Amino acid sequence: MGVILILLIASISVAGFFLAAFIWSVKQGQMDDDYSPPRRILFDDTVSPDTIN
Amino acid sequence: MQVEKFYYDNKIVKFFAYATILWGVVGMLAGLLAALQLIYPSLNFDFAPTTFGRVRPVHTNAVIFAFVGNGIFTGLYYSLQRLCKTRMYSDKLSWIHFWGWQTIIVAAAITLFAGFTTGKEYAELEWPIDIAITLVWLVLGYNMFATIIKRRERHLYVAVWFFIGTWVTVALLHVVNSFEMPVSFLKSYSWYAGVQDALVQWWYGHNAVAFFLTTPYLGLMYYFVPKAANRPVYSYRWSIIHFWALIFIYIWAGPHHLLYTALPEWAQSLGTVFSIMLILPSWGGMLNGLMTLRGAWDKVREEPVLKFFVVAITCYGMSTFEGPMLSLKNVNAISHFTDWTVAHVHVGALGWNGFLTFGMLYWLLPRIFNTTLYSKKLAGTHFWIGTLGIILYAVPMYWAGFQHAIMMQGFTAEGNLQSQFMDMSKAIWPLHAFRALGGALFLVGVFLMVYNFVKTLRGATLVANEAAEAAPLAKEYVPTTKNHWHSWIERRPMKMLVLSLIVVAIGGIFELIPTFLIKSNVPTIAAVKPYTPLELQGRDIYIREGCYNCHSQMVRPFRDEVARYGEYSKAGEFVYDHPFQWGSKRTGPDLAREGGKYPDSWHFNHFIKPSVITEGSVMPAYPWLFDNDIDTASTPAKINAMRTIGVPYEKGYDRIANSDLMAQAEGIRDGLAKEKLKTAANKEIIAIIAYLQRLGKDIKTVNKPATASN
Repeated sequence: MGVILILLIASISVAGFFLAAFIWSVKQGQMDDDYSPPRRILFDDTVSPDTIN
Repeated sequence: MQVEKFYYDNKIVKFFAYATILWGVVGMLAGLLAALQLIYPSLNFDFAPTTFGRVRPVHTNAVIFAFVGNGIFTGLYYSLQRLCKTRMYSDKLSWIHFWGWQTIIVAAAITLFAGFTTGKEYAELEWPIDIAITLVWLVLGYNMFATIIKRRERHLYVAVWFFIGTWVTVALLHVVNSFEMPVSFLKSYSWYAGVQDALVQWWYGHNAVAFFLTTPYLGLMYYFVPKAANRPVYSYRWSIIHFWALIFIYIWAGPHHLLYTALPEWAQSLGTVFSIMLILPSWGGMLNGLMTLRGAWDKVREEPVLKFFVVAITCYGMSTFEGPMLSLKNVNAISHFTDWTVAHVHVGALGWNGFLTFGMLYWLLPRIFNTTLYSKKLAGTHFWIGTLGIILYAVPMYWAGFQHAIMMQGFTAEGNLQSQFMDMSKAIWPLHAFRALGGALFLVGVFLMVYNFVKTLRGATLVANEAAEAAPLAKEYVPTTKNHWHSWIERRPMKMLVLSLIVVAIGGIFELIPTFLIKSNVPTIAAVKPYTPLELQGRDIYIREGCYNCHSQMVRPFRDEVARYGEYSKAGEFVYDHPFQWGSKRTGPDLAREGGKYPDSWHFNHFIKPSVITEGSVMPAYPWLFDNDIDTASTPAKINAMRTIGVPYEKGYDRIANSDLMAQAEGIRDGLAKEKLKTAANKEIIAIIAYLQRLGKDIKTVNKPATASN
């Protein structure tokens, strides 16, 4: 079952990547505010007057 | 701070949207053909490229990687630019991605119809295409991450996280599962063998569902559902937990596809445990999506886009409840190898992926053309026909699944098997007919959508470059308070929970490593020998014709299966199987112990026209096997490739392999001649008979003196 080692390395490296990404996102302050991001996406920043909102 | 003006690239979105629709129609037509073939075998047309064994991989690859794939890219290119408040990093890379992906799809369709396949479900494409996929995926990744880096919005909205997770994991799954030993330009053998190959394949297969059909679509859900309802997602906090929890748990669930097989028991249990855990994040996400519509249900009544989204999310909820249930061993014992699995995936595919795609397209296409939908009413009709199609598809297939299991597992009072395989096959025939009707209805709905879009977009002009304004990102992030390195976690129980989950997952895995290192997981069986050259060629024909789409090679340790097929399968029997051919569906009977069950002449006649030998059989005829010569020129390369990946053919055997092949083939030919069946020894039919007669034989000879198998 040597292949399990490959799968483990693969899976744990993914897990490691996401852990790093999670910590990075927290340090960036992405989790500080859970009010404005969901609302912000509702606004389009388009400037063309005839673009539908 | 100076506000910057920039332009969103809508042209690439349009192209991906058109590709989504085109491949959706093509993939679903292939699916409909496959469904009809199971009720009218004459629709296989006695022609190799249109037999079920090749049409079904075309269908699955087309709907997953072409329809849903382009659907992902449509939504990703639209939403990522807007979420990051920037144009895509490079238009050139966007177009390389687009044309590269479409080229891969065309190459995939051609090679699959032509019979070039690795024989691993959902990873059938041969090695040159695998490499092309990797390269195009890297292009997408580079473009995507570069776009994220140059964004004007510091916060990465949860949808972006889902896209990142998708990209990273799909890259890894694809690379690990595609380790192949090339034999020639379009032929390779899986690097792994037997149980190992099965484990890698279903680790990949399950995560293809998780990270190709689910996580990117969740990203789309978190963007398009709030946009279409014009309301923020119900709980942003929940969406973040949803993401991190789902990502961590999904990747371990693969072994639930191999319950009761020869896979080591602990690996099966591991898969089951993680699968059960999946209910929580999945349902959290599902409810979060649905509750986004709180207070907007009046809009759902009028807006077809929202109707599609509601049913899509509901189907996501149903499949993600059903999935963990199917991972329970006692439920899986019933569902596995039956149409239940097919029903399960189609609730997800038609409902979740299909309907979310349709809703997204109805919302997005008129927008980038700065127009309104031609007919909301027609979109509403599409919705109802599509929903009816899903129900008409799923209900008969659930029924067929139960019927299959009940009939196969039943015993008479005298202790005999109650039903023959054909009794069951005939009993579910009408249900398969209803399924085809359901699928056809779903497709009719798609055609209505195509008509609606043709009418909508005729005369409208694409806003190819949509102007937008935003302030640039400040150089450095300044936290509002000075934080100690771990103070953030102390104040945030939610993050604590997520981190604990990570620790539990990783910790659990490390705990298990010592178990993995024990060699006893695959006990070797001395009687199991490599295939003879003729059998190897026959096996490659078996793979080429996609026999694994309907026949399993895995006898589970159940009373009925042992009574019907013979001794249950052992891990050690598959050590030379590159790739493994356990299959996942029994439209036809299991073949793991086929060797010696019928005489050569039976197989010979059966391949000419199965329904003559077995009344009511839906198996296609294979007349070309009687005309085609065995590709003996490839034998030395195949033997060498197999030796390289660990099959113990003696050194130099490649030079004499073909004489062994001919000797064995002539033996079979002479045997057939005695029964007045005439064929030349070098025809493919001889090779496939040799292979089928070998299946499961090795361990039958265990108690006899060691002789060459066969």
